[in-house]
Amino acid sequence: MLGRTANGLFWMFRYLERAENTGRLLDAGLRMALTRDIQTAEEEWRSVISTLGLKAIYEASNDGYDGTSVWNFVLRDKANPANVREMMGAVRSNARTARTNLSSQAWEAVNENWMKLDKLLSRPVSQNGVGEVITRLRRTGTQVHGAMDGTMLRNEGYHFGRAGTFIERAESTARILDMKYYLLLPALSYVGSSLDSGQWEQVLRSVAGASAYSWLNAGQIEARGIVQFLVLDDSFPRSLAFCRNALRTNLGELARLHNKEGSSNDLMREADSRISDLSVDAIFDQGLHQFLTDFMARNAAIGNAIANDYRFLA
Amino acid sequence: MTGVSPQNFDEMKDAGGDTRPAYGDYCNWYDQQDAALLKRKDAEADESFRRTGITFNVYGEDEAEERLIPFDMVPRIITAPEWRRLTRGIEQRVRALNAFLYDLYHRQEIIRAGRLPERLLRGNEAWLQNMVGLAPPGGVYTHIVGIDLVRTGPDDFFVLEDNARTPSGVSYMLENRETMMAMFPDLFSKVAVEPVSNYPRRLARSLAACVPPKFEGGRKVNVAVLTPGIFNSAYFEHAFLADQMGAELVEGSDLRVVGGKVQMRTTRGFEPVDVLYRRVDDDYLDPLTFEPDSVLGVPGIMDVYRDGGITIANAPGTGVADDKAIYSFMPEIVEFYTGEKPLLPNVETWRCADQESLKYVLDNLEELVVKEVHGSGGYGMLIGPTATKKEIKEFRAKLEANPMNYIAQPTLSLSTCPIYTSKGLSPRHVDLRPFVLVSPNGIEITPGGLTRVALKRGSLVVNSSQGGGTKDTWVLKD
Repeated sequence: MLGRTANGLFWMFRYLERAENTGRLLDAGLRMALTRDIQTAEEEWRSVISTLGLKAIYEASNDGYDGTSVWNFVLRDKANPANVREMMGAVRSNARTARTNLSSQAWEAVNENWMKLDKLLSRPVSQNGVGEVITRLRRTGTQVHGAMDGTMLRNEGYHFGRAGTFIERAESTARILDMKYYLLLPALSYVGSSLDSGQWEQVLRSVAGASAYSWLNAGQIEARGIVQFLVLDDSFPRSLAFCRNALRTNLGELARLHNKEGSSNDLMREADSRISDLSVDAIFDQGLHQFLTDFMARNAAIGNAIANDYRFLA
Repeated sequence: MTGVSPQNFDEMKDAGGDTRPAYGDYCNWYDQQDAALLKRKDAEADESFRRTGITFNVYGEDEAEERLIPFDMVPRIITAPEWRRLTRGIEQRVRALNAFLYDLYHRQEIIRAGRLPERLLRGNEAWLQNMVGLAPPGGVYTHIVGIDLVRTGPDDFFVLEDNARTPSGVSYMLENRETMMAMFPDLFSKVAVEPVSNYPRRLARSLAACVPPKFEGGRKVNVAVLTPGIFNSAYFEHAFLADQMGAELVEGSDLRVVGGKVQMRTTRGFEPVDVLYRRVDDDYLDPLTFEPDSVLGVPGIMDVYRDGGITIANAPGTGVADDKAIYSFMPEIVEFYTGEKPLLPNVETWRCADQESLKYVLDNLEELVVKEVHGSGGYGMLIGPTATKKEIKEFRAKLEANPMNYIAQPTLSLSTCPIYTSKGLSPRHVDLRPFVLVSPNGIEITPGGLTRVALKRGSLVVNSSQGGGTKDTWVLKD
């Protein structure tokens, strides 16, 4: 496969994941805003913008943090180069670049959803319309992954796409957790403190884990349980451990298909050694923020190494 | 000759309103269809094309917007005997075209024999001095040719244009058929139609048969499709063909000359390309030889080509034959190289470079179609009968200023074929582009082709860039 095509598949799935995660983040914010007082709602929207790393450019063109301004900025504002409409455009143009290595069902799932979203996002999104956008974003991810799972050869293209998915997903979960860690736990000792359960529920919602968490923890919301769940629980598909395991498999398959290991495999092993056998206590001892920062840096480094190993760029 | 007048040959009905043999089975089927169902199917077709992403970009619009080429669900039907006659004519013409191109870039016997004026080459923008004396692998210049045909009567087919450079539209031929079969499966069980779906396989085989002289063997022939990229108007077709052929779809930035071979950057390192089906114009092919700023091509590819390290399809410089001034000599060209009378006639053509013809053209602008010799896509032409006085006046000035640049043809009474409208069937003008594959093993013509249809009532312009649509094209089995 061409290096450029591999690059296209990798980024198509990164952007797809990013768009879906951004949608979930908005969904969680929306939920909070609807169930809390105005001041809390404003805080929530502020944290959505911060989590996405858009604070400076948002504040340059907006006075306050109301829902409509925030979701329009995140979804479609041209002042925000990372808006969801652009992301979906990038999903589609990368899919077109890699068209010959996508099954027609996977391509059609991308194209059809892109058409719908692009239309929805061509004009300002109202309070009544935002739900439809969020649902469509979620469905896009589901449909594309479903088509991929059901129709694509398990060749290198598949594994480049999956590697993109899991690198992006790990980054997103780590980022959300890191942001909330600052906002919610600055002075609290982690053992047994009562937390603002609404805030944490929002975190869980934004990674599609609220109900899974409840199943596992019988409704008990506390910091240790949440870190255990989002970082270490390898049965939850958006946890850091799960993403790492999946990525390890994809990189292993890529090395096998190419009869050769690259620097991405080395970095993967090194990163693995930092997370295996880790306990919640050890993470808190080290400092959750430090842990997450280190995790994200290694995650990004693996992404760059893949691009290098497989000649994504000339 | 505007509007649909009784003297138009209609593909479906004869002058007495009776169904022609080609359409017998189809019309029986059509008459039994429920009107509401047809309406629903018509709407579905659009949706299906959008979903698959069969779009093209229109140049010159603000945002490179993607549009659909409208699809009409009434097929254009050709009988087996009609098709046999057409294929003989097309084959003869394509043979002559290849012999002509070889001659032009070698001894130029046709010019020495006084059958073609030399000035036609000097003024021809598509002429490539670099190709002189160079024999393309397998002797093939035009691996893929599209011959545009028009019909004016039961036995009257004319060649309107030769597309020897990079004929496009074959993906529509294939997708239109797929769409028709998905929409009306029962129809295909009632009418026996020659399949077109093996075109990509034939194309792959035909290209792989043109290995360059330096191909070392011992491995499979690597065929790649070179596209200018995802913003090109025909990108869909490039991706579609690469996918269907199982060839890599490459851009200039993927290719590099390494060790005397053109190689593509894969995830495993550089791998050689043996046959390059390029959908990039000559000018952009090699910045070292042609347009120095081009990023669409491959620096040094022409050296490799000259050295026998790669096959470029179609060969550089074949655009010479697309020139409309050359077209006007095609009857002589066919005769010169095949020793036979052309089986498919040209449309009568006045070369404005000749004083006498020019005078005639200027005197009769209102009745003629005038075209630029290098133009394509229906741009830069005058259709006398539908033009305004002002347009004719402006065109007259252009023509007088540079007569060499123009040819003129009578406004043909193109055949019509019905399209589906909400008010029932309604006739529209059509043309036909069959696709021809040439390899050292012979010439293959896919039964069918692309039928383009003017969607405006009475309009003679079928180009998709100007609001034309397409139809599925059937060749009936015997």
